[in-house]
Amino acid sequence: MKYYRSHVLVGINETSIAAGVEPFLKALRAEISKAGLADEINVLETGPLGFFGKGICLTVYPENLNYEEVKLEDIPELVNEHFLKGRPVSRLLLDTTGTFSPKFNYENRIVLRNSGIIDPESIDDYIGAGGYEAWEKALLEMQPMEIVEEVKASGLRGRGGAGFPAGVKWSFTAPIEAPQKYVVVNADEGEPGTFKDRLIMEGDPHQLLEGVMICSRAVGATKAYIYIRGEYKLCIMRLQKAIDDAKNYGILGTNIFDSGFDLDIEIKIGAGAYVCGEETALIESLEGNRGHPRWKPPFPGVKGLWEAPTVVNNVETLANVPFIIAKGADEYKKYGTPECTGTKVYTILGDVAHPGLCEVDMGTTLRTIINEYGGGMKKGFKFKAALVGGAAGVILPDRLLDVKMDFASLNQYAAVLGSGAIMVMNEHQSVVDVLWSIMRFFRHESCGKCTPCKTGTQQLYRLISKIKKGEGTMDDVDTMLLVAETMQQTSFCALGQSPIMAIRSAIENFRDEFIAITQK
Amino acid sequence: MYKEICTKYAPTKDNLISILHEIQDTHPQHYISVDAVKAVSDYLKVPENHIYGVLTFYSMYSTEPRGKNIIRLCESPPCYIKGSENILRKLKTILGVNVGETTKDGKFTLELCACLGVCGNAPVMMINEDVYGDLTEEKVEDIIEKIRGRN
Repeated sequence: MKYYRSHVLVGINETSIAAGVEPFLKALRAEISKAGLADEINVLETGPLGFFGKGICLTVYPENLNYEEVKLEDIPELVNEHFLKGRPVSRLLLDTTGTFSPKFNYENRIVLRNSGIIDPESIDDYIGAGGYEAWEKALLEMQPMEIVEEVKASGLRGRGGAGFPAGVKWSFTAPIEAPQKYVVVNADEGEPGTFKDRLIMEGDPHQLLEGVMICSRAVGATKAYIYIRGEYKLCIMRLQKAIDDAKNYGILGTNIFDSGFDLDIEIKIGAGAYVCGEETALIESLEGNRGHPRWKPPFPGVKGLWEAPTVVNNVETLANVPFIIAKGADEYKKYGTPECTGTKVYTILGDVAHPGLCEVDMGTTLRTIINEYGGGMKKGFKFKAALVGGAAGVILPDRLLDVKMDFASLNQYAAVLGSGAIMVMNEHQSVVDVLWSIMRFFRHESCGKCTPCKTGTQQLYRLISKIKKGEGTMDDVDTMLLVAETMQQTSFCALGQSPIMAIRSAIENFRDEFIAITQK
Repeated sequence: MYKEICTKYAPTKDNLISILHEIQDTHPQHYISVDAVKAVSDYLKVPENHIYGVLTFYSMYSTEPRGKNIIRLCESPPCYIKGSENILRKLKTILGVNVGETTKDGKFTLELCACLGVCGNAPVMMINEDVYGDLTEEKVEDIIEKIRGRN
């Protein structure tokens, strides 16, 4: 193996590809060779780097410096100054580097531990980082029920939004005798403001596969599907490569590691429907139907895909599993709070200094996440509110910023952790306006199966449009609450049951704004 | 031609969505025609009305001919608060079309869509398979000009 003085990690993701990272890499390597540094500086292509700079981003080790928005014309300066003379080019540095938060990039990571460090397209890199050890252990040393018990003991809760304990979900399916069982990965990420699953899949696709494998073994499924939205081209490409490589290595396929266990994983592409994030709607879509949710019970764990017992889990949930199996439930429980163990991946966006993603312990306060990981408010802006959990989330004001971000604590505020999206609004933005945009979203995404949601979302949009135009009254505001409450009680699935959260939190926390606009 | 695409997949209903994707992606006008629906219906032994039901349910499919470049501008809350409405106005002006319409030269179709999952760079749009983020009115003009020139 060759030793290099320095490693330059180049993040390859949707953003950097759009910014022209391919010609950039070529030029960077050429310039490094030209400077005679080819044996000293190693350029590595990796996934998202774990911070969200603009354009093409680089991380340089051992200094651990982050550059953002590096352009072709910056290459000579970068190579000459930093790589040759050891003087970082300060004008290109992400301005958080080494200044505002020493914790930056050193979060307690489980799900993202390899992201931005290994080459996501290399199975050898993943194995080198300890990958597939948990799979080997689960397959050769553990009985299926032992795996289920370990995951149960870890306290891992579903990261898709509802927070149902994963081990409990598995324990419904595992004991059922059936000719065929399935595992389905919900990668149809569609909650506005959420892109954590995309970055998990782009950054470390093998970790997700390993989670799927362990889950399949635990519940006795020999076929797994990854249902992924059609827009996530890079994820689809990387996951497919990961599956192919795993098959070539005998990690996936028939009689894996001579254990007698067979497993096949297949990618299925969605076609653009928010409601398909609901697990039974997702199953309908997999079967080639309109994505209408099904009546529950029976739950998918008993009767799911083609009526077979099916475990549906979110990407992030499954990406936690290899760690739990490799290190044990006790080690996992060291992260987070006693009721909500582990870490959570958040996407922070809006008017913060550094929009992006972070992985922190469950129970970290909203204030810490925004200030330390999002870099605080963008210069010149004041905090007004945060929309937490996407469209199916809540709007929280300043005084609730110290709320702990975990399933149990948020419940006290009738809020949900949801998908982990945190959208920060500045003092000039109108809560009414944001609520309008959320209602427009729900109106568009209602699947039309049940009347409360179909007509309710239309009525909510009509009312908020009237209020937004300054033609509404406080009666209209109350009517919105009534409609949304009725929907919560009578809608068929979580989609129709969700608008109440944004509406109630907006009206309760920002009542003055509604009063002002209706009296205009 | 539709038959060729169909036979790449097993004739089971669960492949319907994948087959429709491929038919639409390979059609120069990015849509699924009446003939295509018939061909898929024959192949999968699934009634045409079921296929129309699926086609019209999912937002990525179109039953109308579209332009060479499909612009999908995100209108979800994170892009909305970052000014996607201004971007939309600008796009309408440059292209001279409304949402859902195709330019006379057949080069662009303007559409709105829900969250694309690139919210760190809001406002965002996709043109065919490419994502464009941190949009400003000037940037949009450049992007459209470049694509016009390329075609």
